[in-house]
Parts: sequence; C-alpha cells; structure tokens
Amino acid sequence: MKKVLYRHQISKLFAFTIVVYLLLSNSLFAQQEDAEPGVEADTEVAAETADAAAGDVAKGKQLFNQNCAACHALNRKMTGPALANVETRLAEEEGLDKEWLYTWIKNSAGMISSGDAYANKIYEEYNQAAMTAFPTLSNADIDDILAYTAAPPPAPVAATTTAAASEGTGDSSGITNEIILGALVLVFALLVMMLFLVNSTLQRIAEANGVVLEKEKAVKRTPIWKAFAQNQFLVLVSCIFLLLASAYFAYGWMMQVGIDQGYAPIQPIHYSHKIHAGDNKIECKYCHSSARVSKHSGIPSLNVCMNCHKSIYEYKGNPEGPSPEDLANGYTKAYFNHSQHVSVAGIECQTCHGPVEEMEIMYQYSSLTMGWCINCHRETNVKVEDNAYYAKIHDELSKKYGVENLTAAQMGGLECGKCHY
Amino acid sequence: MASKKYWKSEAELNPNDSIMETLRQNEFPEEIPVDDFLGDKDNLSASTTNRRDFLKYVGFSTAAASIAACEGPVRKSIPYVVKPEQIIPGVANYYATTIADGYDFASILIKTREGRPIKVENNKEAKTNGNGNARVQASVLSLYDSTRLQGPLANGEPVEWSSLDASVKNKLEGLKDSGKQIVLLTQTYASPSTSKLINEFKEVYGNVNHVTYDAISEDAALDAYEAKYGERALPSYDFEQAEIIVSFGADFLADWQGGGLDSGYSKGRIPKEGKMSRHIQFESIMSLTGANADKRIPLKPSEQKKALASLFGKLNNSSVSVDLSDAVSKAVDDAAAEIKKAGNKAVVVTGLDDLNAQSVTLAINEMLASTSFDPTKPRYIRQGNTQAVNKLIQDMNSGTVGALIIDGVNPMYTLPNASEFAEGVAKVDLSVTFSTNWNETTEITEFTAASNHFLESWGDAEFVKGHYSLMQPAIKELFDTRQFQQSLLLWMGSDLSYYNYIKEAWSFGVWSEASWNKALHDGIFVLESNEEGETAAEVQAMDQQAGAGAAVAPISSAISALANSSAEGMELVLYPKIGMGDGQQANNPWLQEFPDPITRVAWDNYVTISRADASAMGLINENVANGGLNGSYAKLTVNGVSLENVPVIIQPGQAAGTVGLSFGYGRQVGMKAEMQTGVNAYALYQGFNSIQNVSLEKATGMHEFACMQLHNTLMGRGDIIKETTLEIFNTKDHSEWNHVPQVSLNHQEVPATTVDLWDSFDRSIGHHFNMSIDLNACTGCGACVIACHAENNVPVVGKEEVRKSRDMHWLRIDRYYSSEDTFDGDNTKKDEMSGVSQTKSGFEEMEQAAVNPQVAFQPVMCQHCNHAPCETVCPVAATTHSRQGQNHMAYNRCVGTRYCANNCPYKVRRFNWFLTNNNDEFDYHFNNDLGKMVINPDVTVRSRGVIEKCSLCIQMTQKTILDAKREGREIEDGEFQTACSNACSNGAIVFGDSNDEESQVTELKKNDRMYHLLESVGTKPNVFYQVKVRNTNEA
Repeated sequence: MKKVLYRHQISKLFAFTIVVYLLLSNSLFAQQEDAEPGVEADTEVAAETADAAAGDVAKGKQLFNQNCAACHALNRKMTGPALANVETRLAEEEGLDKEWLYTWIKNSAGMISSGDAYANKIYEEYNQAAMTAFPTLSNADIDDILAYTAAPPPAPVAATTTAAASEGTGDSSGITNEIILGALVLVFALLVMMLFLVNSTLQRIAEANGVVLEKEKAVKRTPIWKAFAQNQFLVLVSCIFLLLASAYFAYGWMMQVGIDQGYAPIQPIHYSHKIHAGDNKIECKYCHSSARVSKHSGIPSLNVCMNCHKSIYEYKGNPEGPSPEDLANGYTKAYFNHSQHVSVAGIECQTCHGPVEEMEIMYQYSSLTMGWCINCHRETNVKVEDNAYYAKIHDELSKKYGVENLTAAQMGGLECGKCHY
Repeated sequence: MASKKYWKSEAELNPNDSIMETLRQNEFPEEIPVDDFLGDKDNLSASTTNRRDFLKYVGFSTAAASIAACEGPVRKSIPYVVKPEQIIPGVANYYATTIADGYDFASILIKTREGRPIKVENNKEAKTNGNGNARVQASVLSLYDSTRLQGPLANGEPVEWSSLDASVKNKLEGLKDSGKQIVLLTQTYASPSTSKLINEFKEVYGNVNHVTYDAISEDAALDAYEAKYGERALPSYDFEQAEIIVSFGADFLADWQGGGLDSGYSKGRIPKEGKMSRHIQFESIMSLTGANADKRIPLKPSEQKKALASLFGKLNNSSVSVDLSDAVSKAVDDAAAEIKKAGNKAVVVTGLDDLNAQSVTLAINEMLASTSFDPTKPRYIRQGNTQAVNKLIQDMNSGTVGALIIDGVNPMYTLPNASEFAEGVAKVDLSVTFSTNWNETTEITEFTAASNHFLESWGDAEFVKGHYSLMQPAIKELFDTRQFQQSLLLWMGSDLSYYNYIKEAWSFGVWSEASWNKALHDGIFVLESNEEGETAAEVQAMDQQAGAGAAVAPISSAISALANSSAEGMELVLYPKIGMGDGQQANNPWLQEFPDPITRVAWDNYVTISRADASAMGLINENVANGGLNGSYAKLTVNGVSLENVPVIIQPGQAAGTVGLSFGYGRQVGMKAEMQTGVNAYALYQGFNSIQNVSLEKATGMHEFACMQLHNTLMGRGDIIKETTLEIFNTKDHSEWNHVPQVSLNHQEVPATTVDLWDSFDRSIGHHFNMSIDLNACTGCGACVIACHAENNVPVVGKEEVRKSRDMHWLRIDRYYSSEDTFDGDNTKKDEMSGVSQTKSGFEEMEQAAVNPQVAFQPVMCQHCNHAPCETVCPVAATTHSRQGQNHMAYNRCVGTRYCANNCPYKVRRFNWFLTNNNDEFDYHFNNDLGKMVINPDVTVRSRGVIEKCSLCIQMTQKTILDAKREGREIEDGEFQTACSNACSNGAIVFGDSNDEESQVTELKKNDRMYHLLESVGTKPNVFYQVKVRNTNEA
C-alpha cells in the first residue's frame, strides 16, 4: 500500500518546478488580487442603495426563491412569465397597478373567474395553468419580491472574479512562506558572491606580495573521481546502493500502474456534485438509487434529473465532447457490490468516494487497490444491529474470537473467492 | 538386465507398429510449420527489414507496450434517458415464458440482465413440461446467433417488409378464386391462438390448407392414439406412479413423444421405504433410457416387435407364436410375470415407429388399467402428419398449389425426398419461408420472412389438455424481424397485434376465468374447473368413436403382423441425439460442444455398431498418439440412397445386426464452417420411418473424433461408482454395501475418513455448502452441463481442442460401462485376480466393455475438498479455501503452472490454453458483439493461461446471502442453489447449507447411501454421491 505514495513522483517534480516559477511571478498576481474584491463590493453597495426605497432586495430574493422560482424566472419564460421588472412592465404596457398584482398573487383563480381581462389573457397564454394562490404573502412581502425583480441583475463578471479571488486568497499563506524562502536564497547567494570576491581579492594581494601558493601540489593530487574509480570497494558499494535505490523507485513506480487515484475525466455534461450534494444537500442515493439494491450505483437517468429540474433551457457543455466515462474503473478485477456496503453495512458514500459534496469536478478519491479494500475490511466492524441474518453467526463467531464486535475480515471478508469469481 | 526396456505405451511393444516408428523419428507428433515461415529463402532475402530495423521494431514495440500498459482502460457508460422502473442495472429480472419450437416444448423462466436474456431456468411451478433439457437450456444462445437473418429477403436480396407484404398480399388476393391451394406448412405449435388464427386465415382466403410437419415424425403413435381415442394427440405418462416400466425401444428419458417425462421417472427411481421402480428395456441402440434400465435386452427392431407381440399374448393369456431366441423368450416371460404381479402399477411403452406396435402398447396399458398411463390427458406437442406432407409434395408437383408459406420447419434439410419438394416449390406461384436463419429451404423459396426467436415472440401453447403455457418476449426484436402469426394477421388485413390477438382469445375463449396478468406472470395456467366431468364424458365418447372410426386393424391382426415381422440384413435405427435433437439449433456452439451422454463424442454424428459386426466388417476404433479417438468410415445405403463417409463408433450394447445414426447433423447452408459437422441422416429417413434396412460397407480413411472420454470401463474400481442391488440395500447394513475404505494407521486398519494429515478447518459457523448427487436419480441427460456453461461463461473451444482433451466444461458427466455383465462382476473379477500374468491379462480384458454392459453416469465437478490437494501445491496461492466450504479460484492471481490440475485426483480443473474471447480463431460466440450478449456479467471471462473450475456457483450463493442480509432475515432451505441444481429437474443434484440442521442436504448427508468420491484419498469433499441402487429383483 505504501507504494502508492510514489505514484506522483513526476507530477510532484512538475509541481515543484511550477512553484519555483510562481515564486518569481508571484508579485504580479498579488497586485491584481488587491484590486478585485473592490469591484464586487461596489456593485453590491450600488444595488442595495438603489432598491432600499421600494423593498428589501435580499429578503425579496429569498422569498422569490422559496415561492416563485419553481415556475418563474427573471429573464425567461418557464411555466409562468418572466418576472424581471414586472411591476413597471405591467404599469407601462397594461396600465395595471400594484394593487392588481397583490390581488393576483393572493388569489389568481378568483380574478380569472371574476372575468378580469388581463388575468384571463395570461391564463390562456400559459396553457390554462393556474397560478398557485399565495394568501400567506403579505403586501410587504410582495413589495420585497417586486423589489428583487426590479433590481438589475448582478453582472456575471463579478461572479467569476469572486471565484478567482477566493482561490487567490486560499493560496496567499503559502506564497508568503515562499517569499521568505526566496529572500533567504537571495541572501545566501549574496554571501557566496561576497566570499568569492574576498577570495579573489586576497589572492591578488598574495600574488602581488610574492607569496607562493601550494597550487602545484594540489594539481598533482589524484582527482576525487579517479580516487573513487580506483577504490573498488567504494564502487561496489555505490553500485549496490544505486541498484537498490533504482529498484526501490522502479517498484514504487510500477506499483502505481493501473491505479487511477485522482483521475478526473472531463465529462460531456458539466455536472457539479458540489452544487447538488453540497449546496443543495441532495442525498446521494436520491440519484444513485441503484446503490441500495444493486452492485452498481448507477448513472442517474435523465428522468431523475427532471424530477427536480423543470426544464433544461441552456446547455453549456460540449455535446461533441467525450461520452460519459465510468470513473471508478479500478474494481473491474473483482466483484464489488454497492448494496452490500451501502444498504447492509450502512457505510457513507463519502467513505470511499471522498468529499463528493465539495467536488466541482468528480475525481477518483480512493486508490481502489486490493490493499485498500482489505484494510477497511480489517478495521470495520460488521453492522449487525436489527439484522436477523447476522444474529446466529455473530454470536458464535464473536464467542470463537473472543471479541464483542466482529470485523468484516473475521466474518470472512478476506477470503479471495468472496470478491474474485 | 541389459535388455530391460522402458516403454511409454503398449504400442511400443509391437516392433512393427508404423505409428511408433514415425513417432520415434519425430520429436513432435504433429508437424510444426517451421518451413512455412523460415523455409522460403527468396521470401526471407526479399524482405526489406534488416537486422537494425528489426531491433528498432522490437525496441519500439516493447516500449510502446509498456507505456500503453500504464494507462488504465477507459470505460464509457451511457445512462438511460428514461429508466424503466423494473430494470435496475446489476439486478437480474426473471420472466416466465415458453419455448415451443416444434421440437422442444417447455415452460421456462428467462433471466435477463439489463434487458438481455442470459439464462434459461426451469419454471418449477409448471406441472407439465416445466423442465428444460440441454437444448432448451442452450436456446438462449441461439437468440444471439451472429448468422441470424437481419431482415426480410426477396430472392436472397434484402427488401422492406412493406414491399414483401404488398407482393404477398397481392398474390394471395389473386389466388383467392383461382382454385389453387394456399398451403401453410408449419411446425407443431400446440398453440390454441395460432389454431384460431389459422382458421380465421382460412376464412379470409378460402382454400387454405394447413399442413403440420414434424421433422422427426411421431406419426405411428399419433395415428394409434387417434384410432383408439379419436383425437390426434399423444397419451400422458407419469412414470413416478409405475412399479415396473417395460419399454420397447422407447427412449423416454430423451425425446420420445416430445420428452419431458424424465423427472417423474427419476422420482420413482429413488428407493423409498425399500421400494423403487423397475425398468426393463428392449432396444437396439444404446439409448439414454437403456443405459438407465435395470435390465436391458439388446434386440433388433424386428425382434422387438415380436417380443412385444409375445408379451401381449402372455398378458392376455392368448397364444401368440413367435420365433425368438430362448434368452429373449425368457426375458419376455419374466417381464410378463412382473407386469402381472404389479398389475395397474405397470406400464408398457414403445418407440417402435410402427402403428401396430403403438396400438398394441395402448391396448396393453388399457388392459392393465395402468395408473401411469393417462389417455384422458392428451399431449398436443406433436401433431405432424406425414401423409399430408406427402400429399403436399404431390399437389405442388401437379401444380395445384398456388402459395406455400413455411414456418418453423426446414423441409429441404429434413425431408428424405427434398429434391421432389424443391421441384414442387418451383411450380408454386408464391413461396414464403419464415426462418431465423438462412437455410436450405430459404434458398429455394422466393421470399424469406426473417422471423423472431422465441424470446422475442408472443405466443401460447397447450402442452397437455387444459395445461396452458404463455410465451412473452424477453427482449425487443434484435433485428428487423417479424413473427409468423403477426404476418398472418397483417396479410388477413387485420391491424391487430398478435399480442392483442392472444389477449382477446384469452378473454373470449376457453380461458375466460383466467386473469391474464397472473397467467402471464406465472407463465402457466391450468384449467381446473369441471375438468374431471368433462374429460370423463369425452373419453366415453372417444371410446365409442374408436370402434367405428379408425382404419387401424383390430388388435389381433396387429399382433399377427408384429409376430410375423422380419427384416433382412442390417437394420438401421435413426434417432435424435440429446444435444442436437432434430437439428434446429445446429448453429449453437454450446450444443455442438455438448458431449453425447452415451458416446461422449462432441461435434459429430456417427453410425453406432456392435463390436461383433464391426470386427466382421473390419471397422475399427482406435486411440492414437495425440490422445484422440479415430474411427473407420463406412458407407450406408438405404434403398439406393447412400451416405458416404459416415464415421463409425463401436458401441457396447448395440444389438447385433443393427446400426444407429442420429439426426440433426450435416447441415450446410447458412452455417459457420465450424458448425458444419456430421452427416445428414434425414436422407435415409425414407417414408418417415426411423427403422430402415441398410447395407453397410467399409470406406477408406479414418475419421478424427472429438471424444472426451477414451477410457470407458470402470476396471473394477468400485469406489468410484458405488452400486448395490435393491435386495442387498433392503436387507443388509449399509457398511456392507457402502463400505468405507480402510487405511493402515499405526498398523491398524481404520476407516479412511478418520485419518487426517492436516488440522481441520472449523466450518461449524456460518454456511457450509454441500452438494448431493443421487446416482439413482441422475439419468445423464446433461441439462446441468449446459446450464453450467451458460451461468459461468465457460468458453467453447471447438472440435480440434476437444479432441486434445482441452474441453472447458466445469461439469462433466462420466459414463462407465461394465466389462463383465455387471459392475459387480468387474469387482469380483478384479479381486480374484492373482499373479502377475493373470493380473495383466485380466486388466487388459477389463478395458473392453461387455457386449451388453451395465452403464453408470456420474456427474463430476470440482468436489470442493475440505482438504484440497490443489491448494497445497499452488505456488502463488491462487486457489484457496473458504469457511463456507467452497474452494476458491482467483484468476487474477493464477500464473498457470497447472500444478493444481496435476494434483487434483478428480481431474476437474480446466486450463485455458488460448484466449477464447475476442479471438477470431475461436469463431463461436465469444468473438462477436452479439454472441457476447449472453455473457453473465457476474462471472469473470477468463483469459489465456489460467486454470478455471467449478466455483459451486459462488456468485449465486453470495447473491442469496446478500439478499438475506439486505432484508435482515435468515436464509431458508432451498434458497441456495447452483446452476446445475437449478437445472436438474430430476432431483439428482441437491445443494444447500449443511450447517442448517433442517436442510435437505443435511438429511442427505446422513443418508446411508452417502459416499464421497475416492474416499481413500482423504480429501473430504463437500460434494457427495448417493450409492446407485439397481432393482434387479426378478419377480
């Protein structure tokens, strides 16, 4: 298992080189970083001041997302019409005031049956889909929502810069260390140069004073490499050392062949686990429902997506791109069953798949080697509670091994044929 | 001492042996084609590749290979857009359906994974025909046959269905009032809805003639039944009820009268309370049934008829004078006495292709009031009418047939007078063949309507009166195909789908009370209500009809005809082989590689002949230096029709003066080259009679067989197959007839089972899997072999490799002959040998099977020894032991030393000499995308250079355990199954957890009949056998 550590030798070397390179170019980024947060702060402040009079934009946004977002968007039609600047639009185009909106939102069906012209028009326009009545919303709430719909949309540029900026801050502590190190190197180089200069000055003075240096003697001495070559014992020892060292590294390198830890292919659909599992806290097995009963966790089908999403109106991925790739390739040499681990053992998905809720792009978290499997089997206790299957066998086995809790290994989880068949 | 000579085979002792002389000169018995690649000087010097280039290539390819190896393979996976609710990737679904291909009829379950059918299982709820034989088990592979037709053809060129429909409809309309017939030439469907449909088709077009044709005809039996009971059908038999079964040439454990009778037979063969059925068989060829009989009398067919007549006389107390040899007369007398003693518990059956013989057996069974014989439950699974077929050929040639629509049959291959048929077809205005494959018949018909495999079709079948079975598709049509019934509906101008048609038939027809969904789910439906009253009334009506109706001669004249039957010269018996049946699935590699249970020869058919006749004609079988079996060629002539170069197998138990030849081989058209094996016996099937007078001539040359078992006798090794008689079994202690071998420990004789070299594993906790194989219940049918093949992705290696003993079957069924009259005689002979010379000559004699030997079958798979010799010799610990009793095999770990195979006393480990998947050298089904669909995704497909063997279906036991864990419950007995135990409807293979005190396998383990194979070796296997008991009690 330890060998896996060497798998990124080369990439680490690259990483080191890049760090050195970054060291030198560091100052450039550092300056940019200062400028950017200011931009965003400005926009936010501007937005707030503009809408303070009509309603609370922030609260409106929250209410909008809770109540309206299922059917309405700001800038495009969904089940219902787009709502950006709805208040001004209605006032200008239809001559309807805020009161009309209050009534409509609180009881749309009532307005339609009462024969209001615009209410019926919009009802027909949207396929007679009745808008849910919101009698619980107060007029103030509606004001907040309208304020939100009236606020100018935040510039997309700001969003991206925020992301970049936050990344930059994350690295900053590392960079200060590098600066100190760089300064030290610089000082050291200066010292070396000074020594060299002092030495040559002293020599010149000596020559001028006629002092004969024992340079000839030094030349006659066998050079170190010749001495080394002549010392057969040393050569032998070094050879053995070199061979052992190269064998060690070669072995380490070869053992990482076929282990794809950290593998993160680009998938044709940019699906963010971070947004779904992290931000929205969707349970893994909501989409990967097969994991409960099957050996496969399953790639969710489109109709699972459409349980939550109303529509897919925009696609920013690359449809010509690679077809979906199975990420966890490692266990093809053994039988692995998700339901055994997920349903029976009750193991969290994250135990093997890592912090999926933080992954923008999915990568293979664990090494998925046999050693990794077996380690876990040795350390993990079998979950026997409320499982009649285990009742008898667990009692007998724990008596035999003299333990209270059995590990998967003691249960027979290390037997070759349990996974290799 | 100087003349002491070491010899490797006894052939070396013969100084004039030419083979030995050649071998001495050659290091390799087979020529190595060195000259092909090094001998051609011009070619070598003309090459532009010089030494440096060569080194560059080597260097580059090594580097490239090592770099490529560092990169893991990328697997693409594509999700469903809308996932069907029932399909969960990784979880198998089972659907009940029915096979009714005109030859095999069975209610089955089909296992599907991700929508692909991958395995056939028995429908255990079906009361009739719920057990699939080897061919049924293999039928799922025929779905993925890469040579299947992918769409309709007109004169061999692809067309659209719409244009085919238009031309067919046009022509049919034109024929409506022309006075010419429209003929439907079809297989037996036994399908009520198809019958209804054909009747409606008749109404639409008038003048429609439906001819049912069975490639292997049961005409005699059908006619006899019709004459007696007024309906064209076959009677039902239940051998479980029988105390004595007397059979005259009826291979009822195989395909006699449609088969499906073996499970009842096996149940009656297991001794219970000191009783088991007795089985006497008079037959010519060594059939599977004869091999299982307690007493077997080899007789020519003509003499069987006489014996049958004589038996009738004895039972009827009338005098029938026949000239039979004394031994045969005595056998008939004994049989008659035993039948009389058993009274209505006796049953007589015959497979003689003779109306008189069939009528006489029906009369005998009725006379006995046999409880095993039930004429009130007619079986509809054979309906062919050879008279109608002959009439059709006449009509076609006389030009009165306007249209010929063929479905499910291949007359150009199966008709003895195929050329006449071809001439007739040429005179027909419209000819359409429904077929899944391009074959001899599609070649001569104008249109080929690509039809569905049964797993893509809807349908229903009535196997036995009132017992219905439903067919539902398990997969959407793979190709642009359409089933026959759907096409008929379209051509009738109906826009109904056949599915809706059946459903309507179900709601308005005889099944009105059945819930369609339940019946479809169960796959079966039995009409229970007023069955008794109705059938009783019908039988009376039938009996009345019988007197008036038939053209059949009264029994007395039938008896005299039988008594006076005679035949000149050799008699040929044509029979279907277990693996190939009528030859429909000849393109199925599993079935081609399936060794015949009797001869153990795969990839061939052959003429079987008795040793005496063979030596008189100079025909020989010999084992040659590379380990293969060779046999002479013969030429067979029946009424001027000859078959050239038919290989000969010398068959112990073959009646002198008879030869046997099996149907189903020799197909050519539309077949892969590898599958074009054997000779076509249908050419000799003249007058649709399976008994023919034949003349046999020796031909030059030797045929190379792919035979899996070269040593045929047991050589008195009574501890391999333990046997006893019912009398001893009932009267003596089991230590006498199931003797545990003794070994010497500290100069004391102790039972071998008590001695251990190793400390024992503790297997008392958890599951401990055991398997019981009952040699009494096993008929050797081989369904388990194919089931194992399908479940475990066992590769097909082909004829050449099988010949080299490189077959990959995880489960084999050994067949042994006795060299004395009985196995007991062998044991006595061996024990009584003394002295070197007597021993040597004695053992040489014992290598030869007797003229009419006893036969024993023994399924052998990995015995999962608790002290496994294979485990201790593996240098890389690739084969290890589990607490659950299974001996594991990790293919990833195996480096292919084959030490384990050499150290295995049971020889059950198979070595992958080649990569068989994705390799075009093995052009069977593992090398194309279609064939690979049958692969079980839960079992590794093995690569070259690794050993493989039976795992006791660990994927199935693990699945059972996981299901129980997930549901949080204990596992009940019967839940643990393996592919073989599931496939065995005879109850011969029982699998279970022996730590479960209540389980059936625990009970069987404690049975007095239990023994382990080669107990003296001390391997302590987890597979055990039950002593074979033979009912030799003469009445």
